[in-house]
Amino acid sequence: MAQVSATVYTSHVPAIGAALDHGRAAEPYWAPVFAGYEASRAWLRENPPDVVVLVFNDHATAFGPDLVPTFAIGTGESYAPADEGWGARPVPVVQGHPELAAHIAQSVIQDDFDLTLVNRMDVDHGLTVPLSLLFGQPPAEDFRWPCPVIPLAVNVVQYPVPSGRRCLALGRAIRKAIESYGDHLNVQVWGTGGMSHQLQGPRAGLINPVFDHAFMDMLTTVPEAAAVIPHVDYVREAGSEGIELVMWLVARGAMPERADGRAPTCVHRFYHVPASNTAVGHLVLTP
Amino acid sequence: MPSADFADIPGTVLFDAQQARKGYWLNQFCMSLMKAANRTRFKADEAAYLAEWPMSDEQRQAVLDRDMNRCLALGGNIYFLVKIAATDGISVQQMVGRMTGMNEADYRDLMLRGGRPIEGNRYRHEWSSHKGPGG
Repeated sequence: MAQVSATVYTSHVPAIGAALDHGRAAEPYWAPVFAGYEASRAWLRENPPDVVVLVFNDHATAFGPDLVPTFAIGTGESYAPADEGWGARPVPVVQGHPELAAHIAQSVIQDDFDLTLVNRMDVDHGLTVPLSLLFGQPPAEDFRWPCPVIPLAVNVVQYPVPSGRRCLALGRAIRKAIESYGDHLNVQVWGTGGMSHQLQGPRAGLINPVFDHAFMDMLTTVPEAAAVIPHVDYVREAGSEGIELVMWLVARGAMPERADGRAPTCVHRFYHVPASNTAVGHLVLTP
Repeated sequence: MPSADFADIPGTVLFDAQQARKGYWLNQFCMSLMKAANRTRFKADEAAYLAEWPMSDEQRQAVLDRDMNRCLALGGNIYFLVKIAATDGISVQQMVGRMTGMNEADYRDLMLRGGRPIEGNRYRHEWSSHKGPGG
C-alpha cells in the first residue's frame, strides 16, 4: 500500500529559479534563501520519496484565456519545462507517474472532485522552482529529477478560485486515493506558492509577516481554521497573489492523521523576506 | 460576482471573469510571446505585431507605453503581462516596481526593508487620508 510519508510547503518565486540558473545563488541577496532550505535538502536525501504529488498553479503558461481548469491532474508520461518568455529553465524534463496519477484521478473523481485530466502540459516555475529548491540542481552527468512527479494544478489566477475548504477536502481525497493504491510507494505531497506578495498595481510589494506566521501555525495545528479563511482576507492581508496559499491546504489535507490526534511533527520551518517581491515560507511536516 | 467584496482593497484589480473577457485578446497577445520567434517579430515592429491582434486601440497603446496599470485596468493580468517584461529583458521586480510609481532602487530598498507594510494598506479609505500607498 502506498502512503503519504510527509508533506512539504514552499513558495515558488520565479526569481529563485533565475538566481539558480544564472549562478547567483551565493550572492548576499540570495544566499540566505538557499541556506534556509539546506536542512530540508539534507532531510530529503535521507527520506527520498518514490513519487511527489506537486500542487502548484500554472501562471498563464499551459492554461491561458482559453481554458481555466479549477483542479487539473497530470496523467501524462512527462512534462517539459516551459518557455515563459525568458526561454525555458535549464532543468530536466519532469517525469510523471501515469499509473498512480490515473489511480488518484479514478478515486478522487468518484469522491465527487471533478478533476481535469492533463496529458500534455509544459510546466512553469510554479512546478520547477520547488523541485530546484528541495532537490538542488541535478548534476550534468545524471540530468534528471530524483523521482517522478504528478503535477496537480489549481486555478488561483482567474476568479472564481476554489475555497480553502475545498482545497483541504481535495487533499484528504488524494490521501485516501494514495492509501488505496496497490503498490508500495512512499509518496510526498507538496503544496507550493505564497506567501504574502502582491505583484500588481500601486499596492505591489505588500508583505505581511504576521499573517504569514499565523498561517503557518494554523496550517500545522488547526488546518480546519486555515481552511475557512475567506478569499478576501488573503487578498487584503497577504496581497493579491497571496491567494496562492490555498494550495498549501491541498497538501495539508493529504497529511495522515495521527492516532493520538496531535498535530504533525514540524521537521523544518523557514521564513525569509524578500525574494524579489515575495515572502518565502517553507515547512516540512511528517505524521 | 466576487468583485464587490474586494472593492475596498486599495491599488488592486481582481482578475475575474469580467476582466478576463475584457482582456481576452490582450492576454492572448501576451501568451504569444512565449515563442521566441514571436518575441523577435514583436521587437522588430511592435505596432505591426499588435495590429495582428483584435485588441482595442487603448490596449495597444497601453502595451506600447508599457503602462502596466493601464493594462490591468483594461483586462490584463500580471501573469500574462509579465511575458512583455520577459520580452523586454527586464526582471519581474523591475516590472512590478514600475507599477508602484517608485524608481527601481527605491522599490528594491522597500523590499529589502521587509516590503510594503500591511498597516495603512488594507482599505481604500486609508489611502485617501494620506494620499496613496503607505510604503
